[in-house]
Amino acid sequence: MVEVNKLNARIFSKLGQSGTTFGIGLFEILKKHPEIIVLSSDMSRPAGLDRFKTMYPDMFYNVGIAEQNLIGIASGIASEGKKVIATAQAAFISMRSFEQIRQYMGYMKSDIVAIGISSGFALNFFGNSHYAIEDLAIMRSIPGLTIISPSDAGQAAKALESAIDIDAPVYIRLSGTLNCPIVYKNDYKFEIGKAKLVKDGNDITIFATGSMVYNSLQASDLLEKKGVSTRVIDMHTLKPLDTDILVKCSSSNLFVSVEEHNIVGGLGTAISEFIASNRDLPQLLRLGVMDTFSYPGDYTYLLEQNRLIPQLLAEDILNNYK
Amino acid sequence: MQNYDYLKEMSQRIRLRILELTYSAGKSGAHAGGGLSAVEILATLYGSVLKYDINNPLDKNRDRFILSKGHSAIALFSTLEQVGFLTKEELDQFEVNGSPFYAHSSRNLLKGIEFSGGSLSLGLSFAVGVALANKKDGLSNHVYVLVGDGECDEGLVWESLMSASHFNLTNLTVIVDFNGLQSDGYSSEIMNKSSLPDKFRSFGFSVKEIEGHDINLLYESFSSKDLSKPNAIIASTIKGKGVSFMENNVNWHHGSLSLDQYNLAVSEQK
Repeated sequence: MVEVNKLNARIFSKLGQSGTTFGIGLFEILKKHPEIIVLSSDMSRPAGLDRFKTMYPDMFYNVGIAEQNLIGIASGIASEGKKVIATAQAAFISMRSFEQIRQYMGYMKSDIVAIGISSGFALNFFGNSHYAIEDLAIMRSIPGLTIISPSDAGQAAKALESAIDIDAPVYIRLSGTLNCPIVYKNDYKFEIGKAKLVKDGNDITIFATGSMVYNSLQASDLLEKKGVSTRVIDMHTLKPLDTDILVKCSSSNLFVSVEEHNIVGGLGTAISEFIASNRDLPQLLRLGVMDTFSYPGDYTYLLEQNRLIPQLLAEDILNNYK
Repeated sequence: MQNYDYLKEMSQRIRLRILELTYSAGKSGAHAGGGLSAVEILATLYGSVLKYDINNPLDKNRDRFILSKGHSAIALFSTLEQVGFLTKEELDQFEVNGSPFYAHSSRNLLKGIEFSGGSLSLGLSFAVGVALANKKDGLSNHVYVLVGDGECDEGLVWESLMSASHFNLTNLTVIVDFNGLQSDGYSSEIMNKSSLPDKFRSFGFSVKEIEGHDINLLYESFSSKDLSKPNAIIASTIKGKGVSFMENNVNWHHGSLSLDQYNLAVSEQK
């Protein structure tokens, strides 16, 4: 099991979510599952799979730039009883292979872990064709699919280990690039479907996922200075959603969801679906990409444009709280 | 044909601009390799083959050029600047926050850009639709679409090719910038494409296989189309062409230039 401590949290951060997942997490998994097969669609270098490919060439297949075929082949291999990880850029594995994921992983329950790298705005200057701000929405619509959106690099490695262990189809959404922020400096138990309290507070509860957990923590510090006490929850699993924690936080005056994803269909929508049939829960402010395409630029520019940097998150939360 | 020297010089200016834009993009980097492999193809098309009028960019009768291998946008932009669709000031904004000119092109007919590229193979399918509509409208123009050899991994490429010959799109020319490299390495090792010309033939295309940096051959191929079929030109190219340390080097699929590297690369453009 990948363990987090102050030293390796820094190493993980440097490698980024994908580098840690495929450069460290995958090697931990081999100790327990030595027969694993990894597939990529011409994206093994950006994913950080070079070391694995070199050490275990018989366990790696590159199918070329062919995401539909990637999931089809993965499913065939899985049907013969092998553990399979399939990876491509989040935009293409979720959208180009959507029907394959629905058919093979959803309907046929193929035991595949599909990993989308560089989700959200990670591919900055590549533009909207390469942004994945819809993947959570469309993946959520597939019955029986587990969906994980890790908040930092260490958690990404833990997520893969858990995903391999559960014998069920899983989509893991990796965000950020190299040098991603650290949310957890100490080890903790990662459990699919069990959200993590990362900071406690009384007035507002922020439910954040992926890269936005760290930004929400920072926004929370800014709100603190304005006299507003905020709790921050790491909603690393989008499906099944941890609805128990929503009920537990019901004494907050306001719920806020924050995601590097369209406000349509992602975490905010998932929470609002639960709130809609539970009258005792507070109102939800959904923060994310406001159902629009973006003007390309560097990562910070994109987050700022979509009001997802800590200062603007704090501002929007405060404006909706008073 | 514009004379050979003109197109040769145009190619050199495009190549220098690609290097300049890659350098100015700094750490964000650019797709220099796949841009440089397409230079002569674009120079020949825009300098001598395509019919367009920068003062009448919406002319229905214009030839269409669709960049399906979207990551070569840096070469397309540099070419559009050469022919007057883009100003230097506009292109100086390449990979500046909020600029419309970044790693992939975004459809803007006033600037001569027909297609929003980035997701591979979508441009080819779109080009088939454009050619079909142009044919239906009885236009006498021609539709050119540039794809990469790596791009041919995508299943949609083959759906598009099959439909192009099914609809007998004699007004369509598919150019393959066959530079032999893709993001992870040699395309022959990732997904073998040695029989690509035969595949195009069997999909109903008239195929020419040429050296893709030879302006004379490119021009000759563009001007001697088979009028009974859709045409394909398999242009054998070198990724990173013209820069010693970039040629056939997968690291230059997308990369950043240091000042020393930039100066060296420029010094090689003679």
